[in-house]
Amino acid sequence: MKHRTFFWFFLPTALAMVVFIAAPIVSVVVQSFHVPHEAVLVETENCGPFGCTTSTTVDQEATAALREEAPLGRFAGFEVYLDRGHLATAEIAAAWRTSETWGTFFSTVYNLPFYRALAFTLTYTFVCTPALIALGFFIAVAVNSLHRHLKGLVIFFSLLPMIVTPLVGSLILFWMIDSRGVLGNFIQYLVDDPGLSLKASTSLMWISLIVYGIWSSAPFAFVVFYAGLQTVPQDTLESSMIDGATRWQQIRYVTIPHLMPLVTFVALIQLMDNFKVFEPVIGFTAQAHATTLSWIIFNDLGGETRQFSAAATTSVLTILGVVILLSPVLVRTWRDFYGRRV
Amino acid sequence: MMKHMIGAVGLSLMATTAMADCGISNGRVSIVGNEFPAIQTIGSGAMECAAGGVTVETNLTADHQKINVDGMSGDPAEYTSAIIANSSIVALINEDVIRPLNDLVEKHGGDLQPNQLIKVGDDVLAVAFMANAQHLVYRSDILAEVGAEPPATYEDMLAIAETIRSEGILENPVGGAYAAGWNLAQEFNNMFLGYGGVHFEPGTAQPSVNSEAGVNALNMMKALSEYMNPDFLTHDSNATNAEYRAGNVALMNMWGSRAATLVDADGVPQEVIDGFAIAGPMTVGGGSTPASTLWWDGWTVAKNISDEDAEATFVALMKAIDPAILDDAEISKQAVWLLEGYEPTPAAVGVYAAAEMGTTPYPYLPFMGLMHTALGNELADFMQGKESAEQALADVEAAYIAAAKEKGFLN
Repeated sequence: MKHRTFFWFFLPTALAMVVFIAAPIVSVVVQSFHVPHEAVLVETENCGPFGCTTSTTVDQEATAALREEAPLGRFAGFEVYLDRGHLATAEIAAAWRTSETWGTFFSTVYNLPFYRALAFTLTYTFVCTPALIALGFFIAVAVNSLHRHLKGLVIFFSLLPMIVTPLVGSLILFWMIDSRGVLGNFIQYLVDDPGLSLKASTSLMWISLIVYGIWSSAPFAFVVFYAGLQTVPQDTLESSMIDGATRWQQIRYVTIPHLMPLVTFVALIQLMDNFKVFEPVIGFTAQAHATTLSWIIFNDLGGETRQFSAAATTSVLTILGVVILLSPVLVRTWRDFYGRRV
Repeated sequence: MMKHMIGAVGLSLMATTAMADCGISNGRVSIVGNEFPAIQTIGSGAMECAAGGVTVETNLTADHQKINVDGMSGDPAEYTSAIIANSSIVALINEDVIRPLNDLVEKHGGDLQPNQLIKVGDDVLAVAFMANAQHLVYRSDILAEVGAEPPATYEDMLAIAETIRSEGILENPVGGAYAAGWNLAQEFNNMFLGYGGVHFEPGTAQPSVNSEAGVNALNMMKALSEYMNPDFLTHDSNATNAEYRAGNVALMNMWGSRAATLVDADGVPQEVIDGFAIAGPMTVGGGSTPASTLWWDGWTVAKNISDEDAEATFVALMKAIDPAILDDAEISKQAVWLLEGYEPTPAAVGVYAAAEMGTTPYPYLPFMGLMHTALGNELADFMQGKESAEQALADVEAAYIAAAKEKGFLN
């Protein structure tokens, strides 16, 4: 393609990317380096239905003047990045100095909101992603070997978890695993413990969230692999059969190598998606047991006083996390691409 | 419930034709607010003024807090009025998006009671129309069965709960909106104020929750949670009400605004409906101030709008809280109205008792929202027995301080 043609062809996409991707990221980064002005507080007498009290309030005129002067707020540099709500460097250093064992050090670190969220987010990402790839592949192979009359119906049902809105799906599951719900009751019956509650235990809540994650995302892997299975070269497959390959050997030596680029693709998308896990934490009301980076952003913005700088900082840290997480896969893709050309 | 709402809407539609004239000829009225029955009534009341050059819109949603500041920050503001409570007015004051109402009160506020005016300094910033508080809701039949009077203190509540459990009537007789987050923090606020705690060092934004009152409050909450459904950290007010309706709970601390309609839902067992009873808030630790907070709901007028729109908004909302609306028994039951001529219905005794017992109003300080968020995030570990009360409260203060520094309330 001529450069000129390419330019005009690509321009609308480039514009959309600048407006909808680059600009918001720049604005979030700028926000994360600024904090609101110091509030000018004054004592006033507040009155209401229940009498008058003397209390503190914001001096509007003084604050408005400060805002007028510097609309972005105070420049804070990395202050918010390093505070207790984020990287908590001072708290970690203190824990390092005072902790006598690794155990106390880790439990102190785990007590900090960012690291606690990171711990669950990473566990969720690294358990869900391989599990849903395996499950999706298994479903795809199973569906592919079905009679063609059955396929349509089974595909529809296999896709259901993905069709259901994540928040709604997690809410449905949340009520099903309630100690009085269908699944909750069944599990109590299985382990013979009528007092068992999935919602009251941190480890069981983690397992529930991870199971939900696999359940809701496996259809994505399934669809991709199922499409891939339609392109498996029949010649190779037939010759392997003539060579006496078992069903397992056909899958292991023909199908899987053929689908490898798709596995990379699904892993890439799902690592990114799972790292941003959010809806199940809300749907399961799980914040007492499990928080995630996205949940922190939501929580910072959801209070009566919204913390834009804190939310922006967590967003930037999330973006960095995604970049770090994807870098091995990206490097691999890059090498594959250039490796082939050289 | 739905039937009542349809009834109310029907009534207001009929009223539209009858008295569309509110005494304003021009202006734009656009109201954002929460969506419970009493506020629906206010919204439809204001809608009646839509005629001729006056347009009235309402956006009543549970997410009102997420949109009201932004919706009032533009010039001209999208919303000419926000209906808020004493906790959520803080964000509007901090961002300076509402106007003082003194001139409008003087011109059109004839019907207002003096205690409806929410004043900061000399400025009237809001007009309150209803009061709310958390108070005791109980099952009179179960209490009669164990021979107990409704508890006046949380210590009594624990003792009665133990009796109910040991007699095998209910396994988890205590209900509570202890969901981690806003609800759990609110229950802490109640208990903390009941033990005589003060959230901040007077005159400053320095936290003071890590105190004896804080530790006592947490220990009492922990003791109560032993008698709750083990899933209590996921139970918000809705889930707690569902537990009560299902007949699993005999004693709970519940919002007045929800108590009135608590057993109106379909499928509530007859003994739960018959046994349903309300009493005032409880005290704790020998204190005389109830372990609860008083709330008001009221309306404001946006700053960045023309005087004409502001006047139209004020007049339309005055029309909506005309004491005449209390003639409708359904409306009268919806809330503890702060309007002239309001007679408390049986559902209102809890909130009334709360006001008479001198319950502390929810502190509306510029930095209280940050404290509430910090409490909601950091107390769940203690409730699960993962850390000590002192550690949990130290975490709360540390989380609050980080947030308050960011927002410029602390250096």
